[in-house]
Amino acid sequence: MAIVTTPIEICGLVKTFGSTRALDGLDLAVEEGEVHGFLGPNGSGKSTTIRVLLGLLRKDGGETRLLGGDPWGDAATLHRRLAYVPGDVNLWPNLTGGEVIDLLGSLRGGIDERRRAELIERFELDPTKKSRGYSKGNRQKVALVAALASDVELLILDEPTSGLDPLMESVFQDCVEDFRARGRTVLLSSHILAEVERLCDRVSIIRAGRRVETGTLGQLRHLTRTSIEAELVRAPAGLDAVDGVHDLVVDAGDEVIRVHFQVDSARLDDVLRLLTAGGVRSLTSQPPTLEELFLRHYGDRVEDEAEEASA
Amino acid sequence: MTGVLLRRFLWRDKWMILWWSLGTTLLYYSQAVSVEGLYATQAELDRAAVSMGSNTAFIAMAGPARALDTIGGQVVWQATAFGAVVVGLMSMFLVGRHTRAEEESGRDELVRAAAVKRHAPTTAALMVALIANAVVGALVALSLISFPLAVEDSLAVGVGLTLCGWVFTGTALLAAQLTSTTRATYGMAGAFIGLAYLLRAMGDVSGIDHGGLLSWLSPIGWYQGLHPFSGVRWWPALLLAGLTVAGVVVAYAVFARRDFGSGVLATRPGPARAPAGLRSGLGLAWRLHRGALLGWAVGMAFVGLSYGSLGSDVGDLIGDSDASREIFAQDGADLVDGFYAIAMLTLALIASGFTVSAALRARGEEEAGRVESLLATGLSRRAWLSGHLVMTVAGTLLVLLVGGTGMGLAYAATGGGADEITTYAAGTLQYLAPALVLAAFAALLHALVPRWSLLAWLGLGVSVVVAFFGPLLQLPQWLQDVSPFEHLALVPVESFSPAAFALVLAVAVVGGVAAQMAFARRDVH
Repeated sequence: MAIVTTPIEICGLVKTFGSTRALDGLDLAVEEGEVHGFLGPNGSGKSTTIRVLLGLLRKDGGETRLLGGDPWGDAATLHRRLAYVPGDVNLWPNLTGGEVIDLLGSLRGGIDERRRAELIERFELDPTKKSRGYSKGNRQKVALVAALASDVELLILDEPTSGLDPLMESVFQDCVEDFRARGRTVLLSSHILAEVERLCDRVSIIRAGRRVETGTLGQLRHLTRTSIEAELVRAPAGLDAVDGVHDLVVDAGDEVIRVHFQVDSARLDDVLRLLTAGGVRSLTSQPPTLEELFLRHYGDRVEDEAEEASA
Repeated sequence: MTGVLLRRFLWRDKWMILWWSLGTTLLYYSQAVSVEGLYATQAELDRAAVSMGSNTAFIAMAGPARALDTIGGQVVWQATAFGAVVVGLMSMFLVGRHTRAEEESGRDELVRAAAVKRHAPTTAALMVALIANAVVGALVALSLISFPLAVEDSLAVGVGLTLCGWVFTGTALLAAQLTSTTRATYGMAGAFIGLAYLLRAMGDVSGIDHGGLLSWLSPIGWYQGLHPFSGVRWWPALLLAGLTVAGVVVAYAVFARRDFGSGVLATRPGPARAPAGLRSGLGLAWRLHRGALLGWAVGMAFVGLSYGSLGSDVGDLIGDSDASREIFAQDGADLVDGFYAIAMLTLALIASGFTVSAALRARGEEEAGRVESLLATGLSRRAWLSGHLVMTVAGTLLVLLVGGTGMGLAYAATGGGADEITTYAAGTLQYLAPALVLAAFAALLHALVPRWSLLAWLGLGVSVVVAFFGPLLQLPQWLQDVSPFEHLALVPVESFSPAAFALVLAVAVVGGVAAQMAFARRDVH
């Protein structure tokens, strides 16, 4: 096995469909051994990126490296080292789930028999049923079992749990963690933020075909705002002058002064100094959730509404 | 509520019912026209009637040989057995799509959740099929009366057809209750129709001019037992009506006792593991093509056997009219040879239906979104597409071989020489080359402009028109040259031309390779 430190490397990727620019200079780097979250709203270019990586679509510009090779030219060879699960799994109605698992596994170059049996058990899948009769969730389970039972270095998952119930979602998360524990790499495109928060080491957020944010969850949180509520003895001097304090509300009561605001995580230290100078009676701070992160980047409308509500 | 559903179903099915009705009517009416056109004198018709009436294969296919020396008798003989199968299929599809298919898709659940009686959708589906069959029967009767043929006998043909369709409506409704998937419903309803046809065929062979014992176990036998144009009698209609009622009553009884979404018969589980043969691109292609291939092979064997069973009697059968001379006796060649040359070309054009649909299968797979997961494995684009093309080539070879051999065998069995088996098999096989040109055209469309893939059928359409109507319509030569079939020798009237065969095959190969290269360069969705 070639030593690869960056299984997925994309730089300035462009893909157009007619006059639409689906990918507009996208960058993405996935390091070996990490679970990388790939977030973005519908139509932002997640699936297009994955299809270019899989050599299904031909790029119009930029650089792409997959497992050290060229995703378009070396497609079939590279694919033996990775497994892909699409969000919308379409199977051959006449084949049973078990047959599909074996077929996809064999085409990837072999299947781990012990893990196959174990995964079918864990996902509670009936492999003797014809695909025609499977629900969306069950079709997804078939693709997941086929992918996870293959002995590959890289998993590419495109919203793989959209049809699974919460119980099966948790089984899926355990399986991905097991996979990472073996030192393997995962690119996980997802809408389910809780899932991303639990699984991902690093996250890239894309919007309109460009990456707008990337880093560990910790780093990303640093870029966002913490919301603070405090009860003070004296009015806080100079709080409104701090660059990075937003939506400040000061509510002077009879005994205490209530303040409520959001602060850019980078300025938290300065702000706390000002607060303690005011004599803190109580303090609650809420770290930013991934959801806020997500909304900040492409939920303009939602954010406006949230501001109105808090005003 | 049933009324609302009925109107909605009828609206949805209006085109389907129209086309089935017109097609069936044409099946009957065209027999009357062609019999009148083919035999210039009554003496010719008499000679053909004797020849047909003594041909067991014909009787097995069509029914008891009665009054074959009249136009009406010929219409009944040539159209009723097939007509009954056609309305059977129409009823099966109409019932199936509004009952089991709706239940399987879950749409029916919405309707039922609304304020609808439990059996309303079933009743509406039943009514649609009953109405459609009544329309078909009425159109057939009216067309025959307008020909003009005797009114009462024409009515018997139409009424019998409607009743036959009603019987198969009942059995289809029952099948929809017993099975739990749409495919299984069609499988079982189709088996009822096939069984009815088979019983009639076996019975008629033992009876010759009256239905034998087994024919009386078949609704198609009862239909022909009405004896239109040979002393019509109405009492077998009661048997048909009775069986219709029985089928519907039993279906409703089963319906009342089963759960929503389920059938009475459990679905059979399939294998939990893939056999070694399925674990490759080619293995999957075989699995995807084999059902259609098997069906086409059986159909082609049937067509080949029917042509061959005409034997060397064709001279009597096709009559001595100018029209038939012009069609079959090319350049003063032997009429029998001329007939079989056209028969082989016809077999090849039918077989090309398989070829085009097989070549378009790759496109169907892509449309259904099943290619992405496959190409994300170690399977290359080239290997994936090759799998489908190999099945297209091998399948075409097989259906041509089966059709040609069937024709030769039946010809030999009816008194022709055993040499003809190889002559006809090989003569049909040469059409592999033009059929593959159509396949290459389909593959190129799929590789270059996938949205227009269905235009591939236009290639076959042009070939059919040129083959049958080219000289008749005096189409310009360049247009006739578009059909790849035109460039081959018309065996056995002309002798086989290896050069023409090789040239046409080369065009197909170039087209296929170009399609592979184009597909390797485009986006896959």
